[in-house]
Amino acid sequence: MPVPADHFFFIDPHRCIGCEACVQACTECDTHKGHSMIHLEYVDRHESPQTFPVVCMHCDSPTCAEVCPADAIKRTDDGVVQSARKPRCIACNNCVLACPFGVPKMHTGMELMMKCDMCYDRSSEGKRPMCATVCPSQALFYGTREQIEQLRPRSRPINEFHFGQQTIHTKVRMMVPRESAVTHLDVMDSMFDADAPPEIDNTDDLMLAGATFKLPVVSQR
Amino acid sequence: MAQQPIATLDIIQHFGPHLAYSDGARLDRGLDPDRLVKTHCCFCGQQCGLQLKVKDNEVIGFEPWDEFPFNQGMLCPKGVKRYLQGAHPDRLVSAQERAPHAPGGFAPLAYDAAIERTAAAIHRIQQAHGNGAVGVLSGASLTTEKAYLMGKFARVCLKTPYIDYNGRLCMVSAGVGNKKAFGIDRAANPWSDIIGAEVVWISGANIAECAPITTNYVWQAREQGAKIIVVDPRITPLARTCDLFLPVKPGRDIALFNGILQQMIEHDWLDHAFIAEQTVGFDALAEAVREWTLPRTAEVTGIAERLIRQAAEWWGLAKSSFLMHARGIEHHSHGVQNVLGAINMVLASGRIGRKNCGYATITGQANGQGGREHGQKCDQLPGARDLANPEHRAHVAKVWDVSPDDLPQPGVDAYEMFRKIERGEIRGLLSICFNPLVSLPDSNYVARMLDKLDFYVAIDFFLNDTARHADIVLPGSLQEEDEGVVAQVEGRVIKINKAVDPPGDARQDWKIIQDLAKALGRPHGFTFHNPREIFDELRRASQGGVADYYGITWEKIEQNYGVFWPCPTEDHPGTPRLFERGSHNPIANGAGPFYFPDGKARFHVAPYSPPTEETDAEYPVIFTTGRVVSQFLSGTQTRRIGPLVEQYPEPRVEIHPQLAAQLEINDGDWTTVTSRRGEITLRAQVVKTIRPDTVFVPYHWAGPKSANRVTIAAQDPLSKIPEYKVCAVRVAKAAAPPDYAAQLEPQQ
Repeated sequence: MPVPADHFFFIDPHRCIGCEACVQACTECDTHKGHSMIHLEYVDRHESPQTFPVVCMHCDSPTCAEVCPADAIKRTDDGVVQSARKPRCIACNNCVLACPFGVPKMHTGMELMMKCDMCYDRSSEGKRPMCATVCPSQALFYGTREQIEQLRPRSRPINEFHFGQQTIHTKVRMMVPRESAVTHLDVMDSMFDADAPPEIDNTDDLMLAGATFKLPVVSQR
Repeated sequence: MAQQPIATLDIIQHFGPHLAYSDGARLDRGLDPDRLVKTHCCFCGQQCGLQLKVKDNEVIGFEPWDEFPFNQGMLCPKGVKRYLQGAHPDRLVSAQERAPHAPGGFAPLAYDAAIERTAAAIHRIQQAHGNGAVGVLSGASLTTEKAYLMGKFARVCLKTPYIDYNGRLCMVSAGVGNKKAFGIDRAANPWSDIIGAEVVWISGANIAECAPITTNYVWQAREQGAKIIVVDPRITPLARTCDLFLPVKPGRDIALFNGILQQMIEHDWLDHAFIAEQTVGFDALAEAVREWTLPRTAEVTGIAERLIRQAAEWWGLAKSSFLMHARGIEHHSHGVQNVLGAINMVLASGRIGRKNCGYATITGQANGQGGREHGQKCDQLPGARDLANPEHRAHVAKVWDVSPDDLPQPGVDAYEMFRKIERGEIRGLLSICFNPLVSLPDSNYVARMLDKLDFYVAIDFFLNDTARHADIVLPGSLQEEDEGVVAQVEGRVIKINKAVDPPGDARQDWKIIQDLAKALGRPHGFTFHNPREIFDELRRASQGGVADYYGITWEKIEQNYGVFWPCPTEDHPGTPRLFERGSHNPIANGAGPFYFPDGKARFHVAPYSPPTEETDAEYPVIFTTGRVVSQFLSGTQTRRIGPLVEQYPEPRVEIHPQLAAQLEINDGDWTTVTSRRGEITLRAQVVKTIRPDTVFVPYHWAGPKSANRVTIAAQDPLSKIPEYKVCAVRVAKAAAPPDYAAQLEPQQ
């Protein structure tokens, strides 16, 4: 049975209390007993008790699978990116290095990459993943869009992430404050009033100044 | 002769704490359990529902229990890993006797012989020194049936006035405050009332770590528009994103509550109709808090004036609210006053006894609520009755088939029992579900008093730190090896179900107590065949009392996911929300919602006075204690569970970077904390999340890592709760690592 198409995984970092119930429960999951697939870290304990839980984001075009030379990582039709298949995985570490979210873990003793498969044994049977079931703050939530809209009116889910030139869409949603815009990290987004930035003039033509943004002229010599 | 037979390190080597991890059947992925047992976590007062996976009389894992309404599958890491306490290598599977020449200092002993020897020792001491020369220390993690039986055993079998329990370290300030103000000691509301409240006020409660499941209730309240106010000396995980954080200086809570009340009066944010019709004593209180101006409140509490003003405004103008507190305001020599101050704020607002208008203390132990209702407290009889009240004595004596005159008078609190040991008045001690060497303040003193005992018998499933002093250890049962009820944080009575049988010679605790009664030649009243029979007697003993269980049956609990007491008749649905118009109240009988003859709640003047031990030039830093999420109380269980120990292996001293810089302490440095009682050397954790005048150490560890070597044994005069939350210390960088660093594993 596939994971229901209307069910999504939501991460709501501002709720996280760092209790590690998710980490401990993950080690109880039947498919990878004894190993946690969750990353939970203090952002900077000196400054704050803030912690951040990361499960596999289950990308629509998973980088881990794209870089796998052994074709060991499959994304099933229900959108779940499965853990590496043991017979195929050559423990080359490509996926570990390539994943923009830093999710896959290499278990050198087993010569196997392991990562979160959204508790496929549970979610494909209609149950919630273990971590999202136990999470006492419900920073990890599993359910439908309607449920999350009703339960979290102050937030909205996003699933588009930018890494350099790469844009990634994921099955897992990240909850962000409803009112605030997605913050962009390009200063130029905040430099101009018009929707589209002006043409950039990198000549020394004074006639164009004002209509375009003038880059400093750097000597070519 | 209750001294440790051999050195602590040698006992530890044999009896632990050692760490258990998943292995064998517990790691087998294909293994189907024989059955799933719906029950509850063994640890805190939240009592999350869960299912234990059982295979061949072993608990091999857990499965969430989505349908249980309180937690809906949610668990904290302790609940997830609780199953690892079963089939543990440290488990006591036979009775043990003190044996200095045996490996580990104890030798196995046949169960019957251990019972006989214990009974003989009790008999000998009572013959020579009177019945009161034997004391009993009991606990609030026991089921209500066991707690009830312990009270009955002390009064009827041992005939000693001296029984008290570890709830004395836990909820008693709230209990006294609640009884004084409301006439009843129970959370006033079900937790569902948190969601929908406009303001949630949390004072002295590290909810994220000590009552983790409540977190989702608080966050859900905020999603629906609530403002969250957290009062704590530390930025706890919940405080990090709350709407208003008030970093109160330890020991000054009552000043804040009085200051807020004064603001409510100044701005007329009062429910005059409620105050006039349903309360007594407001005018005197209003006069008393007049001096708590904003500047004075700010000066005493160490909180900025603008934040106090903002909190008062939100609280004052709210249409609905829920105020919660826990040990943070209760563990003080003025704990009851702190609680009364919080209640004054609630009563002045008129926001109680209605949907989304609530008040509660967050109980700590599994049966923190139920364990304080049915007679293991030194002054209490079942049904929350008073041992000093002739009518109450007569009712219970009748159920117990004894003469009221034969019941002892009230005894003393758990700490005072140790002072009685010092004075030679108590010479024999029986303990169950209590590890005072770790959990009582000034633990060097407690160790010396244990050494003074003529005879000490401990009932436990592991050789806990205190039991190392025992002459005889009787092997008791884990929570999952017995059945019975507990009352969780909301006052909801729920059912613990048995998953496995006790191993080896280990026995269910109520059987051990009955075996002792028989061996003492006084079996009358101790011939129950199962916990259900105990519960049925408890129902009758509680009938007509404030904590009336008469209408609760095990079946009714199972059918309804719990029943809230009071529940006077079998057709009564129970009472989720107290103080509602028309709800069951045997004291007021219709006169009003509160549990006094006139039905009115009581305001109490709650004067501020500083902590017992103020800081001075010699001891200039405030010391405060608490818990971490991965450990529970004295750690008897959780310091034996590998994954929980790895999460937070050893206690650290939390210290603000400004204070740390002054003392030239860097993160991770060995740091010595010294009080007038003792000292501990731990690694520093330098964080901006604690007041710079305060250091914090969690208390779950024993011996040289025990925060309670430092704490003060000052107690509240009314509740007798110890002042764990504030004393004065010196802090210094240690010259060298402590000896234990090379000798002990983190959990030991």
